[in-house]
Amino acid sequence: MPNASSIWLSIAVMASVTYAIRLLPLILLRREIRHPVIRAFLHYVPYATLSAMTIPAAITGAPSLLAGFVGIIVAILLALRGVSMVLVAAIASFAIWLITLL
Amino acid sequence: MNRQFLRNLSAFMRGMYAGIPIGLGYFAVSFAFGIQARAAGISAFQAFCLSGSNLTSAGQFAGLAVIESAGALATLALTQLVINLRYCLMSCALSQKLSPETPFFHRFLMACGVTDEIFGVSVSVNGWLSPYYHYGQTVVAWPGWAFGTLCGALAGNILPDSVTAALSIALYGMFVAIVVPAASRDRKIFAVSISAALLSLFFTYCPILEKISSGTRIILVTLIVAGIAAWLFPMKEETKNA
Repeated sequence: MPNASSIWLSIAVMASVTYAIRLLPLILLRREIRHPVIRAFLHYVPYATLSAMTIPAAITGAPSLLAGFVGIIVAILLALRGVSMVLVAAIASFAIWLITLL
Repeated sequence: MNRQFLRNLSAFMRGMYAGIPIGLGYFAVSFAFGIQARAAGISAFQAFCLSGSNLTSAGQFAGLAVIESAGALATLALTQLVINLRYCLMSCALSQKLSPETPFFHRFLMACGVTDEIFGVSVSVNGWLSPYYHYGQTVVAWPGWAFGTLCGALAGNILPDSVTAALSIALYGMFVAIVVPAASRDRKIFAVSISAALLSLFFTYCPILEKISSGTRIILVTLIVAGIAAWLFPMKEETKNA
């Protein structure tokens, strides 16, 4: 078992490293980037990241594969119909919960 | 002056609304973290402070493993650096969403709330991002994460597993709601999203690559897919003021 002061120190180290990673690009990149390839890269980053985070975690993280698939499909269909983000999230998790009750 | 105040307030409120599913999802995930933290020999209060000051899922779980095994602080720092390096990409993208008129100090505060989910919502607004929209999400998401950890550490399994599992999926429902409309409007974004999902699947199940942690996998997939897409379809100047 680790002792209390070493845990506090660990927490401080983790928080500092993580904050620095988040902060540095924000304060270093103060101007608009004009380079077309870098602009395009930053434009695609969120979609690549979000997709890589969602697949396969949303399916493997669900109580069952079936529930995961249903959840994702429900979310995609609702999103295609232009349903708001918050509602998509709520209905998809409700659907998963219902499936696990079956 | 007054108009500006109202505009900031409205952005803050909209941010709080968008933060609700994030906060709920965080509560469920951090509840599990709280349980695990106690098991690793960390007090409930320490777990609460850990979550409150880090606000990151994969990094904290990995950090917990290092703390539990009494690893060196340098190991701990390196683990955090590798797993959380994706925030660096996210902050780069966010820096491009701030209008030149945004006062500089906002960048220090906004950095506190750069998480996968808040980033995803903030970066997908049309035109410039108001820091207050980002803060609105942060003030709703943060308590979900910090108090979820505290409850998990104190109370263990009060929520039925089915509820915790369903809540933790809420986050992904939100990601889908960000990616799908953009992908159906823009074929390049469609290609990027599908490729990233497939590559991520490949990394998860391919025999040797499966050993890569989820944080590293996300960075690699992002760099490869966004890199190739940027090289194939560079972006000319466009007006950002919507």
